[in-house]
Amino acid sequence: MRSRYEIRFAGSGGQGNILAAFITAKAAALFEKGLYVAQTQTYGAEARGGKSQAQVIISREEIDYPKVISPNLQIILTQQACEYVDDTILGGRVICDDYYVHTLPRVDANLYSLPIVRTAREKLGREIVTNMVALGCAARVLELDEILRPESIKQAILETVPKGTEDLNTRAFEEGYDLFKHSQHL
Amino acid sequence: MPDVAFWQGNQAIAQGALAAGCMFFAGYPITPSSDIMEEMAKELPASGGRFIQMEDEIGSIAATIGGSIAGLKSMTASSGPGISLKQENLGLAYMAEIPLVLVNVMRGGPSTGVPTKISQMDVMQARWGCHGDHGTIAYSPSSVQECYEIAIKAFNAAERYRQPVIILSDEVLGHMREKVFVPPAGSYAVANRKRPGVKPEKFVPYLADPEDDIPPMASFGDGYRWHVTGLAHNDFGFPSAREEEVEKNITRLVRKIDRFRDDIVEYEAYEVDDADIVVVSYGTVARSSITAVKDARKRGLKVGHFRPVTLWPFPDKEIFQISKRAKTIIVPELNCGQMVLEVERAVHGRAKVIKKGLVNGEVFMPEQISSFIQEVA
Repeated sequence: MRSRYEIRFAGSGGQGNILAAFITAKAAALFEKGLYVAQTQTYGAEARGGKSQAQVIISREEIDYPKVISPNLQIILTQQACEYVDDTILGGRVICDDYYVHTLPRVDANLYSLPIVRTAREKLGREIVTNMVALGCAARVLELDEILRPESIKQAILETVPKGTEDLNTRAFEEGYDLFKHSQHL
Repeated sequence: MPDVAFWQGNQAIAQGALAAGCMFFAGYPITPSSDIMEEMAKELPASGGRFIQMEDEIGSIAATIGGSIAGLKSMTASSGPGISLKQENLGLAYMAEIPLVLVNVMRGGPSTGVPTKISQMDVMQARWGCHGDHGTIAYSPSSVQECYEIAIKAFNAAERYRQPVIILSDEVLGHMREKVFVPPAGSYAVANRKRPGVKPEKFVPYLADPEDDIPPMASFGDGYRWHVTGLAHNDFGFPSAREEEVEKNITRLVRKIDRFRDDIVEYEAYEVDDADIVVVSYGTVARSSITAVKDARKRGLKVGHFRPVTLWPFPDKEIFQISKRAKTIIVPELNCGQMVLEVERAVHGRAKVIKKGLVNGEVFMPEQISSFIQEVA
């Protein structure tokens, strides 16, 4: 892999962006060999609503600056969060939710519009697993870019989510993985 | 092989404190420090320690002082206005020589400021926040690994020098998660306070040993009689306004840190030996600076970085050495110019010192630091 890989999950507070980033980073830290990882977040004082974004840096070398500079992958779950996409790296990927993002951002990157929220709602019956569907999409990208194996992310999910919710969260993750696998950029 | 953990900076401070033998924590939640309290609430009862959520920040440090006097290694943590509230009792701990660790996860100020965003505005408060003269020890970690290690060092310093020790973390570091290599117990030093070597009836509680200016400390309940006061006191611990006793009391509080300055001071120097330009920064900002310095080196510029790990005592002698070669010293920090004053004091006019402040709640991007370097290169 290249020396530094950057991911941003962005949306609104309560959507679970920080948890998705946390699980990605935990997978890199504990279930892969020889990777450095730094995970940070920015959020407002509100418990729900307001802009929220979480970031993961994965590298084979020690990480100095711990925040994103030019993300390789961005997952955008609200219209407002589209304002983050400008720093995407050339040739990077931006995945937008097709329910909350009605006007797609203009960005010089591979852009995707996927039913992340709708999958959580309609296929899984719970909007609360939106972040796990998003994480599944991210997992497929990270597999393609040879950063993380989906199995390590799945293991990190199982060791993070509350007891009794493993099945729902894993299913949501797998739906997200398939969603990206069968998608095409715009 | 050490265990690998994946922790937040705040969690790592709590875990480091436990590794150092912390058995008492009293706190009151406040962003961005609350995770320290949360971790201690979870871990302390399980390891036979005690955790109390107090009615406010003032009560928290008061209880922490009490825990330490009772013989337990004790800690409290807060941020912003919570740290301001703790200042009076922090002074009591300096005056009565009570070992404790105070963690300040810095957020924007003054007052309630910006609770969820980073700042480095409490550097001078850490030195002079409570009234009166005293020595100060304050550490500034810049990685989650270092949060763990510094928590152990802070306890060791508190126990050895018998006074409060401050950890100046920040919001980004506190909430950042990184991999931590957790050393096995027994592989690092753990200091414990000096206990009295005399029988209780011979005990003079503030009679310091001449070789280190530090009096042995008895715990309440051990059978040693001991009067704890914030008033200037004589060796017996009783209030005094007699000139020679007050002078002796206060000068010793300052001297006991001054004389061990070289043992306490820690820093990290990167490529400074041949540097024409040196960036001096600490905490999370140091990570942006190092990125910029590495980048500048790749472009052939002779640039180095110096990171004070102890902000107090300040590594002034070491920075003076650097200023003999370097022509320019750039000081980026997340305030309007605090540590830069110490850097200016340290270089005695030998190098040009450039102040770069940022107070918008963000961290300098590496490219911003690169542009500061470019301006003077």
